[in-house]
Amino acid sequence: MTSDLTPDTASDTASDTASDDMVPDTTSAAGPAQPAQPGGEHMVSADDVHKSFGAVHVLKGISLRVRRGEVMCLIGPSGSGKSTFLRCINHLEKVDAGSLRVDGELVGYRRHAGRLHELRESEIARKRAEIGMVFQHFNLFPHMSALQNIIEAPIRVKREPRAEVTERAHRLLERVGLADKAGAYPKQLSGGQQQRVAIARALAMRPKLMLFDEPTSALDPELVGEVLDVMRDLAAEGMTMVVVTHEMGFAREVGDSLVFMDAGVVVETGRPRDVLANPQHERTASFLSKVL
Amino acid sequence: MTSLSGNTETQPSPGLAAEPVPAEELPVIPVRHPGRWVGAAVIAVLLAMLVHSLVVNPNWQWDYVQGYFTYHAILGGILVTLELTVLAMVLGIVGGVVLAVMRLSPNPIVVSAAWVYTWFFRGTPVLVQLLFWGFIARLYPELSLGIPFGPRFVTVDSNTLISTFTAAVLGLGLNEAAYMSEIVRAGILSVDHGQGEAAAALGMRRLQTMRRIVLPQAMRVIVPPTGNETISMLKTTSLVVVLALGDLLGVAALIYGGNFKQIPLLVMASLWYLIMTSVLSVIQYYVERRFARGSSRALPPTPIQRIRTRLRGGSNGATHRPPTSPVAVRHEGGAAL
Repeated sequence: MTSDLTPDTASDTASDTASDDMVPDTTSAAGPAQPAQPGGEHMVSADDVHKSFGAVHVLKGISLRVRRGEVMCLIGPSGSGKSTFLRCINHLEKVDAGSLRVDGELVGYRRHAGRLHELRESEIARKRAEIGMVFQHFNLFPHMSALQNIIEAPIRVKREPRAEVTERAHRLLERVGLADKAGAYPKQLSGGQQQRVAIARALAMRPKLMLFDEPTSALDPELVGEVLDVMRDLAAEGMTMVVVTHEMGFAREVGDSLVFMDAGVVVETGRPRDVLANPQHERTASFLSKVL
Repeated sequence: MTSLSGNTETQPSPGLAAEPVPAEELPVIPVRHPGRWVGAAVIAVLLAMLVHSLVVNPNWQWDYVQGYFTYHAILGGILVTLELTVLAMVLGIVGGVVLAVMRLSPNPIVVSAAWVYTWFFRGTPVLVQLLFWGFIARLYPELSLGIPFGPRFVTVDSNTLISTFTAAVLGLGLNEAAYMSEIVRAGILSVDHGQGEAAAALGMRRLQTMRRIVLPQAMRVIVPPTGNETISMLKTTSLVVVLALGDLLGVAALIYGGNFKQIPLLVMASLWYLIMTSVLSVIQYYVERRFARGSSRALPPTPIQRIRTRLRGGSNGATHRPPTSPVAVRHEGGAAL
């Protein structure tokens, strides 16, 4: 059952060159043309974001910008706060201080008459529905088939007609190379296949932003490629992505920008090639020397 | 089980020598268990004594047991017992799920309310609760529907609204809800935290997540103790004898109150309870087996399948399993020789 990898794993090197041309300059304001967006050119804007768990200060003033269509890779040692920052973006964690905006709107709050009002559960849920998230451990619903996993949220959350959603789900499964696995339960799929279903599940909500939390860290080495291929295709289509990863190869090929975090602060930002080849900070250099 | 024929089918791993060595056929001597024979002898003697006393002692009055076994009043009592069990368990399960969800709510008021309920209903004897519901009319002779502290729209006599049967169902069911809430809560907590997060990330609300994602997965943990509670409830219904409700034990008590044949009637009631709990145990087994689906790839064998395997597999009752490595077995056999 685990042997039928997708045919597209073979196209690993072919897509390298294709995506290479698409990498825009980090400093330019370009990106897929989406005029008159409420958030301006930035999909995510973080300014001095702080977060503590009890006495542990996990994020100590994170400031970042993610442009529309940009693929930003977050790297750093474990405990550096990169996953926590990612989880703040869709309000799985509450920000303690600072301002975090997605598509121009504050995460978790509404500004009214000079005050910040905490959002109600329904409002938070509505905003989360616009942001896709892929987890390290897939978190597929084990009691549902691959297809049911994908159609659940569009039907229950967005109240879309079942027939329409089902058709879209089949197209998504085909896109991630699992057209024949619609009826399979997560237990019957390999890790790589499960993660691809998880990506399809997130895409079924037609998100404007995709968050990836170490999507390949729980996978056997030979299954990493098939998941990265799907993500590479997604990036090529212009999806805005924030990816916490340890895959430096992926960051170099697909990432538009690379952020190195350590101990709750952003140490270094830049084009992946530059940062990986020529880190400006000693901490970055020391980290990269261990992982590369 | 007497020889190692058939080992040659085992594939040698590719890393080992290429030529598979043909297996020798050697007799295998199973381990002896002399302690089992001693134990069996002791139990056989005790069993013989029991059977002897059942037959010889006339006080058992087996003819009365048999005579009342299918007496129509007794069958009516059995029906009442079963009805009470089903209704009280339905009330208990529904109430238990509601209380468990309340206990896990982010709202502290809701959490406290559920906690106080459980504290009260678990902290007082169910017999006392049954009596309270039975005497509810002494406490509130009339029950009304209306605005709190304001006008009343409908008023009914408590005894009309809450019959003895309703009082019994309420007493047993509301008490059961307190216990079921803990079982359901344990089930909910057993579901991986990531499931709720994945649902939240997709924009699902808390109650939606609970109903669609968490509770279905919690069922595997909830079902076995719920079966246990149902069997327990079937026996607990006998407490309604204090409400003079005609359940199985109530009818039996009524009869022996008239003819003083206490022992045969209690034996008869016990036999009926045993039959009913046995049936419930069988149902429980198959329900559990059904919910095990999806969590493991191979289902556990049914009791009938297990008996069949045991009869075929010989006296030791171990699972019938071929030796894994012909090399290892042959080595041990060689050492023994």
